[in-house]
Amino acid sequence: MIFSIVVQGAPHSRQSAQSALRFTRAVLAQGHQIYRVFFSGDGVHNGSLIATPQQDECHVVRGWQALARDHQIDLVICIAAALRRGVMDETESARHDKSNSNLAEGFTLSGLGQLTDAALHSDRVITFGS
Amino acid sequence: MNKTPASETPVESTLTPQKSFLIINRRAPYACNQAREGLDTALTTAIFEQPVSILFLSDGVWQLLKDQNPAELGQKNLAANLQVLPMYDIEQLYVCAEALDDRNLSIDQLAVPVTPLRHNEIKVLIQQYDHVLTF
Repeated sequence: MIFSIVVQGAPHSRQSAQSALRFTRAVLAQGHQIYRVFFSGDGVHNGSLIATPQQDECHVVRGWQALARDHQIDLVICIAAALRRGVMDETESARHDKSNSNLAEGFTLSGLGQLTDAALHSDRVITFGS
Repeated sequence: MNKTPASETPVESTLTPQKSFLIINRRAPYACNQAREGLDTALTTAIFEQPVSILFLSDGVWQLLKDQNPAELGQKNLAANLQVLPMYDIEQLYVCAEALDDRNLSIDQLAVPVTPLRHNEIKVLIQQYDHVLTF
């Protein structure tokens, strides 16, 4: 079965981000496919390169990156939600005259249409709310 | 005001069958951003020419109230977005009748035409859609 995952919660604020990560791993372990993980609202913080949890805590950002690397998972962050919250790649940083970018490797910024596209290509869309 | 973000327009369709979407809004309008996200997702899905309905549950029914004035809070009016839904062919709006009752609200206090459904009818409604997205 083909799944897409929607993540609306920020890591370390809501359990939803970590639950989404664990669910995504479980889906893959069961032999299903992940079409896309879409991060919206506060979920955009899942893609922050500079997030630095304490060493004995789950590093959610690196967890997603490992999935992207090992399973070629498409990690898409809602661009409108990201810009509002200060998560941007180099292109957006330059466009908005910022001195830095902070989007972690493995994530891409794109529009809400990617959520609709994910639903159209998936048998199940599972939302982890905020 | 942000500059225009990168493309929000539909990606070229790699031709997929249509799927029906039910957007469920459960949150009050101005305490968190979920209400806006739900409406934005409904509009985007409609732009992709997919059939979309919206169901207002729980505190989400407050989103439907007439005469919202969030400018006092420094926020944009969400009810304005409700008015444009028919232009995007989003004709079917549903509201939980019990949620209205619990909050002492009636249909005539709402900004747009909605169909009230009881809990048992909502169960049937949800089963009719390919995808349910919750906000």
